[in-house]
Amino acid sequence: MKNKLRIAVGPVQFRIGSDWAEPIAALARLYAGYPQDDTRPADATVRLFAARPWRRWLRPSVHIGGDFVVPDALPLPLSMGLLAAEMGMNLQIALGWRRHMLLHASAVAQGGRALIMSGESGSGKSTLAALLGEGDWRLMGDEFTLIDLFGGDTLAFPRAVSLKNEAIAEVAARVDPARLGPLLAATPKGDIRHLIPRADAIAAMHEPLRPALLLFPRFGGEVAVEPMGEGEAFVRLTEASTNYVALGEAGFAALTRLVRETPAFGISYPDSAAGIALVEQLWAEAAK
Amino acid sequence: MSAVRTFVDLLAGRRDPAALAPRDWDGVIGVARSEAMLATLAHSLADAGLPPAVATLFADQRAAAKVAQAQALWEAEMARRALAPTGIEFVLLKGAAYAAANMACSAGRQIGDLDILVLAHDIRRAENLLLKAGWEWVKSDPYDDAYYRQHMHELPPMIHKARDRMIDVHHTILPRTHRITPDALALVSDAVTSSAGFAVLNPADMACHCAAHMLADGDLQGGLRNLWDFHTMTRDFVAADPGFWGQLDGRASLHGLQSAVHRAARLSRDLYGAALPDGWDRQDPADTWFRRRLFARDDWGRVTDPLLEQAFYIRSHWLRMPPVMLAKHLWTKWRKR
Repeated sequence: MKNKLRIAVGPVQFRIGSDWAEPIAALARLYAGYPQDDTRPADATVRLFAARPWRRWLRPSVHIGGDFVVPDALPLPLSMGLLAAEMGMNLQIALGWRRHMLLHASAVAQGGRALIMSGESGSGKSTLAALLGEGDWRLMGDEFTLIDLFGGDTLAFPRAVSLKNEAIAEVAARVDPARLGPLLAATPKGDIRHLIPRADAIAAMHEPLRPALLLFPRFGGEVAVEPMGEGEAFVRLTEASTNYVALGEAGFAALTRLVRETPAFGISYPDSAAGIALVEQLWAEAAK
Repeated sequence: MSAVRTFVDLLAGRRDPAALAPRDWDGVIGVARSEAMLATLAHSLADAGLPPAVATLFADQRAAAKVAQAQALWEAEMARRALAPTGIEFVLLKGAAYAAANMACSAGRQIGDLDILVLAHDIRRAENLLLKAGWEWVKSDPYDDAYYRQHMHELPPMIHKARDRMIDVHHTILPRTHRITPDALALVSDAVTSSAGFAVLNPADMACHCAAHMLADGDLQGGLRNLWDFHTMTRDFVAADPGFWGQLDGRASLHGLQSAVHRAARLSRDLYGAALPDGWDRQDPADTWFRRRLFARDDWGRVTDPLLEQAFYIRSHWLRMPPVMLAKHLWTKWRKR
């Protein structure tokens, strides 16, 4: 394809091709600080394409494809090309990655150990990870966390953080504007703005870490902490994993080990400040 | 050289993977993924010297294919438990059969739905037993349902409600309305028992079905994979029994599939370097179109020749049903859009 880019996030080398220059230029800016190895073959291919040749120019709409395609997925307007690229990268990993167990979860690290936060969209896991990653924590990822199938370690997938709706202003107030992508207003997922992770998070993205704490955050309601049993954590994480079934016995073994060795809590919090205080408090107990 | 040709050369053993430039692998991997053959390639290059990133990716693929294959054979076992107690015997077809018989083409082969073949007079009973055992209908559309039942070679697809896996229950290997009518009774009655204990088609019938599926029924989607199946199975059948080509000719003519089987053999010679005996080793000008269709992929995994793709799609329908019926069918489908 005419416009293309290679991006390495965590263990995954992507190759992204596009019928338009704009999404590639936007990606190149977000990922300029990531390591580049032009000789490394791509693990995953993303394609952003026009379904009909004239739709490159006439009401351009971006279809998402690549190694794996979701039939009947709706295209996005070119102004949301960056979101299309992000969705394309997520899709290829969610459907194609087999080296690690893939959890739909955010993760941050401190003192050489990892905190994993799993929840549905709207739970605040991305916002919490982004805010913690601006403090004393190292951001490991806002969307996917990888678990080594044999050693049980946590691996980072620090793609550009996808800030949504209210989280945009909250994070934007604290960071250098040069680390923010363009505002994508009124997308199917709400307002979106990307945050480039801190340089130390990108530099350390290949370091595997032991998981020390599992949290299942829920945004809204009074502050509450509920210890979670191994069984419930296990079932919730099977639902949060895109490749648990495909991994078979190795996935079962890795997940069993994770919930047995890692304390887990469900938490509710009314605002980010309360959420962060809760995380810090539980971490202080767990990481002792 | 195009990525798809490099991919085919690597499978055929005509090209040294160590001689590929790092950038060549992108296209090869992209093509292999779009043909659902990455794990197949990973198996055939398991002992080759590869760039570390490729070797790691290939190891992932082999491990994943092993799990997927165990899961596919478990589905076959589930079908056996649903059907065997009442005495309905079935024959495994395609991917699950290759895995059950531990054939070379099953190494890394993706297995989609579970395909089984039962005798036509057992099919209603088989359907009821599967429904009782937890499978349910996928298609709710009455036209599609009736269409399958009246004209197709299989029941409408069913999916298991707990395991989320599809089963296709066949009573023959080509649609009822197809110009060719294979001898389904002979297929079932001459089936053999595989190493895993399941019944599979005998070698000659298996090659006939593979060729029929690729060239008489389909539009050559996934053609490289079907051709790889055909190539490796005929290669190994001949190695085990030098009289195999003759038996294949006999069975192909019994089923009316001589032209498809011979074309599959010529294409596996042209692409994968199969050695063919006299009487098979011919040239047919029309093969050019098939080769072009099989090679129609760019190094991003896209089909490069949409017109040719469309032509093969129309051809597959043309073979499947008589013209008046085809017109009616397309009209109904179009109105429902």
